[in-house]
Amino acid sequence: MIDLQNVSKAYAAGTPAVNDMNIHIDEGEFVFIVGDSGAGKSTLIKLLLKELEPTSGKIVINGKELKKIKRKHIPLLRRDIGVVFQDFRLLKDRNVYENVEFAQIVVESPKEVRKRKVPAMLSMVGLAEKYKSYPHELSGGEQQRVAIARALVNDPPILLADEPTGNLDPKNAWETMKLLEEINKRGTTVIVVTHNKEVVDAMKKRVITIRDGHIVSDERKGGYSNEN
Amino acid sequence: MKIKTFFYCLKQGFINLKRNKLFTLASVGTITACIFLIGLFYAVLVNIQHIVKSAEGNVCIEIFFDKEATDEQIKDIGEQIKRRAEFGTIEYISPEQAWENYKNQYFAEDPELAEGFADDNPLADSDSYKVTLNDVSMQDVFVDFVNDLDGVRKVNYSESTADTLTDFGKIVGFISGAIIIILLAVGIFLISNTIMIGITVRKEEIGIMKLMGAKDMFVRAPFMVEGVTIGIIGALIPMGVLYIIYKKVIVYILEQFNGIENVMTLLSTGEVFSVLLPAALIIGGGIGIIGSVITMRKHLRV
Ligand SMILES: Nc1ncnc2c1ncn2[C@@H]1O[C@H](COP(=O)(O)OP(=O)(O)OP(=O)(O)O)[C@@H](O)[C@H]1O
Ligand SMILES: [Mg+2]
Repeated sequence: MIDLQNVSKAYAAGTPAVNDMNIHIDEGEFVFIVGDSGAGKSTLIKLLLKELEPTSGKIVINGKELKKIKRKHIPLLRRDIGVVFQDFRLLKDRNVYENVEFAQIVVESPKEVRKRKVPAMLSMVGLAEKYKSYPHELSGGEQQRVAIARALVNDPPILLADEPTGNLDPKNAWETMKLLEEINKRGTTVIVVTHNKEVVDAMKKRVITIRDGHIVSDERKGGYSNEN
Repeated sequence: MKIKTFFYCLKQGFINLKRNKLFTLASVGTITACIFLIGLFYAVLVNIQHIVKSAEGNVCIEIFFDKEATDEQIKDIGEQIKRRAEFGTIEYISPEQAWENYKNQYFAEDPELAEGFADDNPLADSDSYKVTLNDVSMQDVFVDFVNDLDGVRKVNYSESTADTLTDFGKIVGFISGAIIIILLAVGIFLISNTIMIGITVRKEEIGIMKLMGAKDMFVRAPFMVEGVTIGIIGALIPMGVLYIIYKKVIVYILEQFNGIENVMTLLSTGEVFSVLLPAALIIGGGIGIIGSVITMRKHLRV
């Protein structure tokens, strides 16, 4: 489903932020990507979204080689990938329902479909009653669940989460992770970038550890690497 | 793009306009001024042209032939005249016709008096060509040319006012052209800035849209709507104002200068605005599109 071959990305002359990475992720996998600040995790996410072009190497997603995707077809690639960020990135002037619906509007989904999907998604993340609330009226955990609902409402086969629990207390962090696991069980490939050692250790999933742009370990049912 | 998406983008465009009132007003104002000048210039110009044209129609050159000129020669003169670039129309006036005209003019009240000449046309040698030119500024050149032709005895012509009219028109044209170009540039600049502010305000939203797979057109259309709307409003306002002014001016001139219709006629509002209104809308819309596209190219890359 996702395949990186000898991928490097250098922002400027100097040591690359991503250095000769080889990763293969199958459909339906749940993968943690961990590593210190500055290790190159967000850069990796941006490469997958084609926000950045690799300096060298080859990235294939869903059988499509990213380098060969034309500029005007980038939106189609991105419709296959839902994204969630540490800072939620919700629209502050729109309520919960409108925020989730926004993702559907953007892909020009018809009203009948929106009316069915948005409420279904909201009840899946447990926010059905709060559909009229504005982001500032929600807790961090709730905001992140809105963001997850928004990322998934278009049914992307892949979900990328860059530090989804970075701004959350342990309880909310844990609930968010459980939600992501639930989503994975429904068939979505989930990739989570995180610093949260406890969660990673408890979840017993595949863990890829990155340091200075290199992969230093890639373990099935692993834990947060202790070498760093 | 689907119809519903189109309306969504339309709505977003209007929301942008409202959020950004001050710049919207400044842009609309500049374009209004610009298109008002274009319209004013056009209205004056077409009327001058119209008057000059009707004046040119009156400015006719009469060519008389030598007594001994043969019919062949006269025909040949006509052919040579027709080959000139500035040539407009030509009419052969036979001696009989010349006499007929003369009679009508001078013996209208005394037809019997004219009968005395009935069998002895006093204008027997006064056949002529009546020529009009399509470019009156070439009149001097043309007259010189005809004077040099064999068989030509005399060329009658009147110094026309057309020359000075066209020169004056040119100066007005240059100055107006310069002002219009400057205003067009300012208009594009202001629209472009208005849109840039819109993009800046919605930066976060645009970023999210792109990550979620919005197509370029979907992201851009609202800003395009914004630009075109500003342009079109900036065209409609001056057209409305000009229409009212123009109507008043026509009425005023007709009242002030009684009988002026015979000397010079002005074009009707319909004649002027059937061209001017669509042109203004195209210019306004065009400024809007150019202004927004310039900005989006700079600030809305995927
Ligand atoms: N736009 C940029 N221009 C230049 N250098 C950059 C840019 N973005 C990131 N970098 C550099 O690339 C390296 C990797 O950055 P990246 O954001 O991928 O790290 P990260 O693993 O996500 O870190 P964190 O855990 O703090 O989010 C860092 O050294 C960073 O300074
Ligand atoms: Mg990061």
